[in-house]
Amino acid sequence: MRIAVAGENSLIVYFGEKTDPLISAQVQQTAQRVEQVLGDKLIDLVPSYASLLIIYDPFQSDHLEVRTLLNAILAQLDSATASQGELIRLPVWYDTEAGPDLEALAARANLSIEEVIRLHSETEYRVYAIGFAPGFAYLGEVDERIAAPRLSTPRQRVPRGAVAIADRQTAIYPAPSPGGWNLIGRCPQRMFDPQQTPCMPVQVGDRVRFEAIDRATYFALGGEL
Amino acid sequence: MNGLRVLQPGLLTLIQDGGRLGQHRIGLTTGGPLDPFAFNWANRLCDNASDATALEISIGGLSLEAQVHTRVALCGGEMTLKINGHELERWHAHRVQPGDKIDVGYSKAGARAYLAVSGGFEITPQFGSTATVTREGIGGLNGSKLQQGDQLPCADRPAAQGYRLPQLYQPDYHRHWPLRVIVGYQQEAFSSLQLRRFFSSEYQVSDRADRMGYRLEGPSIAPSINGILSEGICLGAIQVPADGQPIVLLNDRQTIGGYPKLGSMFSLDTARLAQLLPGASVTFEEISQDYAHNHLHLARQYYHRVLAVPV
Repeated sequence: MRIAVAGENSLIVYFGEKTDPLISAQVQQTAQRVEQVLGDKLIDLVPSYASLLIIYDPFQSDHLEVRTLLNAILAQLDSATASQGELIRLPVWYDTEAGPDLEALAARANLSIEEVIRLHSETEYRVYAIGFAPGFAYLGEVDERIAAPRLSTPRQRVPRGAVAIADRQTAIYPAPSPGGWNLIGRCPQRMFDPQQTPCMPVQVGDRVRFEAIDRATYFALGGEL
Repeated sequence: MNGLRVLQPGLLTLIQDGGRLGQHRIGLTTGGPLDPFAFNWANRLCDNASDATALEISIGGLSLEAQVHTRVALCGGEMTLKINGHELERWHAHRVQPGDKIDVGYSKAGARAYLAVSGGFEITPQFGSTATVTREGIGGLNGSKLQQGDQLPCADRPAAQGYRLPQLYQPDYHRHWPLRVIVGYQQEAFSSLQLRRFFSSEYQVSDRADRMGYRLEGPSIAPSINGILSEGICLGAIQVPADGQPIVLLNDRQTIGGYPKLGSMFSLDTARLAQLLPGASVTFEEISQDYAHNHLHLARQYYHRVLAVPV
């Protein structure tokens, strides 16, 4: 673990350099402790795959104090277990109509579409980070047989609810946006809704499983085309 | 509902407060004024809390009609302020009454100006803030920039106190000096030669300069790595994509990203950078985290020490 300078009132802790549930659990544990210990001195936190960005109030604290507190927190980390976040089940309508890249992804992987769906929905994923856009949760890791590079030409518009793969990550687009990930299905559940509390069904550290549903169920659950 | 009515929205006018803090975990960025110094003063001259809701006017072209008695102050970039056709001083809280027309012209220097009203605009916060982030569709009125016909609610305050800031203390948007940078993040991925090139060269603000970030053009900087595991990005972070042209990330930045970063610009200087228009030249100077911390405290003390004059 290493503490580095990020900006005038921020430090970043690096826990490793790869996607790993144990590392992610350390990030989570540290984030919780930092919130408790810094309290009002904390402005914001960004947990990610293997790092934690800490932004503190420079009028209530300074980098010397934050480093001291961080060192104490890091020394007490319980590194043995990956914390089990909540298990969230999300329905997905996997289909070539809902996922325009499903066929190409299957062909590239030399698998049937059914196999791709099975591999994507049988894996339990971890929420490693949230960012890019409000509510965009990076889930990992996708079975390497169905990992796929980003499209060479990103789409101008990816619809809300699109379920997508990029490398060994998968995600659900929370809102319409440009995007270069491979689209394999649609999820009827809103991933970000400012009118709801909580506004997101998942948080960093949670576990996610996808459940295949058919077209009729997708629309019955409020899905849109 | 009364307040100010938007006759012409200008190129990009946004409702802003001090920014949306503590929401990075769900992917929301901070937003807020690009130049907090000018924003805070506009509020202070109207006798408001420094982070009350006001307007950020980029480039200019805003026209409003008052429906209430209040005071308005325009601070920041050099945009002409007219009330009912008469040119009035900026950095000064002027009285307006129902029917008055408020015009903000196009900037002669400084890309952003702030217009505050007595008591602030009464906008319902989202996620704890009224700051508009158009990319997210969050804050302000429906998450978008001002549109013609919009109503900006604010109270009728015929007796509102107002102040002016003597010219001596007003910033000079024609004056330029090096932008200060704290080296950090993936600094090891930049050789001393690369860093030297960055700190000794002149860069220009490109056309791709907006509230998310300012892309600069100049000598190419080559980090030893192409990408990193996505990580948190703070205000002012300077990322260097494969083409070697640095991007300074500002208030509406994405909260995480995977490009290598050489450090972060000092916030007193991101405020100055955001006042520049495409084509402007900039240079950089390295500072330490200690220096930045001390200068933030000095700047705050100075802000409180300067006394506004009642008008």
